[in-house]
Amino acid sequence: MNQPSNQIANTERRDFLKISLGLALSSTGSISMMSLASAEASGTLNAYVNINADGSVTIYGPNPEVGQGVNTSLPMIVAEELDAKWEDVQCEAAPVQQQYGMQFAGGSLSIPMRWDEMRKMGATAREMLCRAAASQWNVPRDELITADSLVRHGPSGKSAHYKDLVAAASLIAVPDEADVRLKAPADYRLLGKRISNASAEGIATGKPIFGIDAKVDGMVYASFVKCPSIGGVAKSANLEAVRALPGVIDAFILDGTPGPYNFDIRESHTIQSGVAIVGKDTWSTFKAREALKVDWDLSAASQDDSDVIEAEALAALAAGKVEAEIERTGDVEAAFANAAMTADATYSTDFVSHAQLEPQGVLVSAATSAVEVWTSSQTPVFITSNLAKLLDVTPGNITVHQLRGGGGFGRRLSNEYIFEAALISRRVGAPVKLQWKREDDMAFDYFRAPTYYRLQGAVAADGQLVGWKNLVAAASADGENANYGASYRPYDFPGKVIPNVAVEQSFVKSQTPTGAWRAPISNVYAFAEQSFIAELAHKAGQDHRDFLLNAIGDKGWIKEGDMASLNTARARATIEAVTKAAGWGRKLPEGHGLGLAFFLSHSGHIAEVAEVSVDGKNITVHDVWVAADVGQVVNLSGLENQLQGSVVDGLSTMAAQSISIKNGAVVQSNYDSYPLLRMPQSPRVHVDVLNSGYRPTGAGEPALPPLAPAVCNAVFNACGERIRALPISKAGFTIV
Amino acid sequence: MTTITINGKDHSFNGIDPAMPLLWALRDHAEIQGVKYGCGVGQCGACTVWLDGYAVRSCQLTVGALEGRAVTTVEGLATATLHPVQQAWIDHDVAQCGYCQAGQIMSAAALLERNPSPTDDEIDAAMAGNLCRCGTYVRIKSAIKAASGAMTASALFYNAMEAEEVSA
Ligand code: FES
Ligand code: FES
Repeated sequence: MNQPSNQIANTERRDFLKISLGLALSSTGSISMMSLASAEASGTLNAYVNINADGSVTIYGPNPEVGQGVNTSLPMIVAEELDAKWEDVQCEAAPVQQQYGMQFAGGSLSIPMRWDEMRKMGATAREMLCRAAASQWNVPRDELITADSLVRHGPSGKSAHYKDLVAAASLIAVPDEADVRLKAPADYRLLGKRISNASAEGIATGKPIFGIDAKVDGMVYASFVKCPSIGGVAKSANLEAVRALPGVIDAFILDGTPGPYNFDIRESHTIQSGVAIVGKDTWSTFKAREALKVDWDLSAASQDDSDVIEAEALAALAAGKVEAEIERTGDVEAAFANAAMTADATYSTDFVSHAQLEPQGVLVSAATSAVEVWTSSQTPVFITSNLAKLLDVTPGNITVHQLRGGGGFGRRLSNEYIFEAALISRRVGAPVKLQWKREDDMAFDYFRAPTYYRLQGAVAADGQLVGWKNLVAAASADGENANYGASYRPYDFPGKVIPNVAVEQSFVKSQTPTGAWRAPISNVYAFAEQSFIAELAHKAGQDHRDFLLNAIGDKGWIKEGDMASLNTARARATIEAVTKAAGWGRKLPEGHGLGLAFFLSHSGHIAEVAEVSVDGKNITVHDVWVAADVGQVVNLSGLENQLQGSVVDGLSTMAAQSISIKNGAVVQSNYDSYPLLRMPQSPRVHVDVLNSGYRPTGAGEPALPPLAPAVCNAVFNACGERIRALPISKAGFTIV
Repeated sequence: MTTITINGKDHSFNGIDPAMPLLWALRDHAEIQGVKYGCGVGQCGACTVWLDGYAVRSCQLTVGALEGRAVTTVEGLATATLHPVQQAWIDHDVAQCGYCQAGQIMSAAALLERNPSPTDDEIDAAMAGNLCRCGTYVRIKSAIKAASGAMTASALFYNAMEAEEVSA
């Protein structure tokens, strides 16, 4: 097996940020290490490692923690190379500073982009401790070994704890990179083990560690009311009456910036107009909203209607309306003309909300030119530059604190609520805790875009899939460019695998803001593609697994060295493992069906099988099997948790989640009209982690896309009904 | 003024709207922030606390109506040691983001205090009001079973001790 180089080029990542990730991807930690070689002895060996006097080791996690486990897994990588005793390690969120590079959580990138840096940080610190011991004991460096926060010298029997060496080590010049050896995977003691989340006890005992929990002296509370129709502007409001309400300190209009409100995390200091209500506690501001009357100017407001968007999209697909070409290989027309069998089916999905359990909220102190922010943003790295522009302050005067986020899923990539709070704080001259209501969170999301795919397949006389057409109807604000997440990106499968492929696009108008939602595009496209593959297999009279394996073929690693690229050997291994675990082909009870799907996203090769039973329109999902290859395992417990959670989240989303838009406004408002899966509906989940030894890649996203097609394929096998639209409640189905 | 016993200590709420939900009274006026806001309409369970030992949604109770009542939050669940449910949550590495988990723990602990050996269906029924967007239900269930085992084992142990004392 070829080990890839440092290259982690990836279309998802490019789509995701549309920025130069050069800083992050080339980061070797040299910035952090250069700031060392200090004149004074201390416990600090580099920006990530601090050895404390009591023998504990503080390791800083640079990237935001929103439930994906990186404030445990990134420190684990450092601890492995440092040979720190894990029980004595304290994982802490790093401050937001330039020396920590790309501090964001998105694209399942934290692990892959930090892998080299974290290892080098741990190994360099260990090397410095060893050199300090070698000089103290006057022994050769090569005779020293480390384990459990101790340096040992075998021949003399000497040993010392890191805490007793760190002062001397901190004065040593940082070793050359070439002199710092990294461990071979066979020598890992910590990586690959099941380690509980570093904050597990804080969470279980209610410690105030989340964004919503931030408090400072003198702070006031705020609520911000925007126009339900996106882009409507507050002209006037009964501000005097609202100011007179109990607990209310002030009420005023913020002008906002004109739309459209595109998802742009790098330049995201735009906010919508609205009315701020400031009070002495959260409840006073919420209650005052009931008395607030606003006159909205709707001239620039969205007039979207999701039913119209859907009808126009489906009509464009039915008519074969092509406005742009995305991808073309081979001779597609000939492949279809010569095919023994063809099929044609249209798949669609609705807008969905992030619905992370912690609604947006933030504490900002912007009363003076020294600005401070306490946030659970997924993009702390972009807060400072945007706030500096918004408030006209120097970036050096802005301090950003990272707090734990109650779920991210892409919602916290946008920082507009921080900018709202900053403007409110500046106006009232006090630190402001802005709390969005759940209803605000649902109304003003950057939604997952609705998507519409018309797929056509051609199967040759030998049973092989030889032709593939995909016509996408993409929501578009300007009629020329697809809104975020609304279209398609060229995937290695089918594009680089099926010999004749055409992907084309048409546009339907929509002004509703869309953004990154856990595994953007993949989470909807996988449903269409992997359902359609099962349809083709069925129509061709072939076993679905065999047909899928034949379609994927054995071209190997399509773009060698690129972790994001399809590796057919890894794909086959996950499909074989998952079908074996699920007992593919076994005799099932009456009314049961097994369904299979495979998808590669965010560099994770993942296959899933669902077992369902169908009773009328009630679907019970009994079991889901997952086989996952995300390379070298960092924290097995965290990885398994992500896989299990992605299955449940995938089922939750496909069941009944749908955002509808009328007159540019969101119809649903809370979990009663936008249901999340509940425990009684939740299946058993069996995970099989294939530790393939490739470079580690992220696990927060790739296990979600295969879930919906696996379940829909199982439903077809159980009852013969093919589901082509999500959520499945649209066809009258319920998950019970 | 309303006085409520919170985690064993009396707390007086002065000069606040009696219609304020207990959730916000705890978070903004009593330094109790383990209790979380998820929906405000009784749908998600993130705000679950115990009222006189029963799991309730604190966003659905007004503080003015609770004079003299006893509220337990996740901060007050542990005694000298962690509650077996808290311990099981840590051992089973249940949490992802963790935002829902205080509520999950309070619902699970309330269940086990009354029914130390619940069936799968009883667990489902008791936990159906607590949402988890991160999808940790699989682990919540196994943690509840582990805590149930720990609580049943300690109950058997104490029962046996009492039996010894009686027969001695
Ligand atoms: S916040 Fe009380 S149930 Fe959701
Ligand atoms: S752990 Fe994130 S919502 Fe439950």
